[in-house]
Amino acid sequence: MSEPTAVNDANFDQTVLKADIPVLVDFWAAWCAPCRMVAPVVEELATEYEGRVNFAKLDVDQNPKTASKYSVMSIPTLIIFKNGEPVSHVVGFRPKAELKQSLDAALG
Amino acid sequence: MKEYEVVIIGGGPAGLTAGLYTSRARRTSLLIEKQLVGGLITSAGWVENFPGFPDGVAGLELGELLHKQATRYGLETIIAEVSSIELSGEQKVIATTEGEFAARTVIIASGSERSKLGIPGEEEFTGRGVSYCATCDAAFFAEQPVAVVGGGDAAVHEALDIVKYVSKAFIIHRRDKLRASRILQERAFAEPKIDIRWNTVVDEIEGTNTVKQLKLRDTVTSEKTTLEVSGVFIAVGFKPNTDFVKGLVSLDDTGQIVTNEHLETKIAGIFSAGDVRSGSGRQAITAAGEGATAAIYAERYLSG
Repeated sequence: MSEPTAVNDANFDQTVLKADIPVLVDFWAAWCAPCRMVAPVVEELATEYEGRVNFAKLDVDQNPKTASKYSVMSIPTLIIFKNGEPVSHVVGFRPKAELKQSLDAALG
Repeated sequence: MKEYEVVIIGGGPAGLTAGLYTSRARRTSLLIEKQLVGGLITSAGWVENFPGFPDGVAGLELGELLHKQATRYGLETIIAEVSSIELSGEQKVIATTEGEFAARTVIIASGSERSKLGIPGEEEFTGRGVSYCATCDAAFFAEQPVAVVGGGDAAVHEALDIVKYVSKAFIIHRRDKLRASRILQERAFAEPKIDIRWNTVVDEIEGTNTVKQLKLRDTVTSEKTTLEVSGVFIAVGFKPNTDFVKGLVSLDDTGQIVTNEHLETKIAGIFSAGDVRSGSGRQAITAAGEGATAAIYAERYLSG
């Protein structure tokens, strides 16, 4: 199983925005129960899309700058970045099939 | 198809307690949860009314403790969504996103989820100011004004949680009194940062990229006003999760499952417990009690 990389305000630019393949970022925090539902799904997707999409997670509590830059006001939020731009924004728990559609759209 | 003696649908306090009892009765038991084991209580901030925790307990922790205790005696759990239950003689066949399972007894403890308001702007601004989980999102609104819509325990509880972060919390309630428990009401009335707007409904949520204001209407005078807020937490009640049993068991007019005093539905061997059941107390502790009761009668059915 592939683990999403923890990213932060300092390395977000380098790790996510300048990546040469799409990156899915899971915005989460320790106090958020629904975030725990999303985490295992994201891990499964990370394995299935390995090499085609990078997976990252950002703790909004420690990294308020990035969260606020992308108007994240509800967690969990999953944002897919492609060429430095957010291309898909998923709020709350969504079935895996729906997330795969968003990922395939970003790849297509 | 894998067979069990008991299949439990839903992993909240009702389902976990039912699983604790059936697995201790040495019945092969499977619990199917669609999202997070622990259920709705995991999104409650601080739970003060679950006996055995004199100082209260975090909802998330309570869910984890119930899970840990329930699985100690052999209860299996999987994450899957149930699409239907079919009868095949005495067996019940449960179709899920992870395949089919069969059991002679089924305990439906699928709970409920937050209702939506169904007004313009709600969908559009979900995650950009509109929230259904105060414990998740309150911290994003530090020193800003927010609104909580509703007047029950959930709404008042959330307003009391939120004021730790925000500059002001308006409670928008369509009636002239709250349904929340008295102790929560007392705290809300004593909290200077909470401002209750009585007899008021939200007609629309407006904003640009994020929520900026609410369009309100007074239900008595019909007067329309606007209220500037950065966030709106919606706590207007719950919708029972019964889509997968429509046409199988009896539902009341709110969509909750009708049972007899043994918590058995009209189908022998199918029981129901917790928030999804008609007449439920809608508390973690009543759900747990009902889970135990359903498990006891499921055991009698299996040994009868």
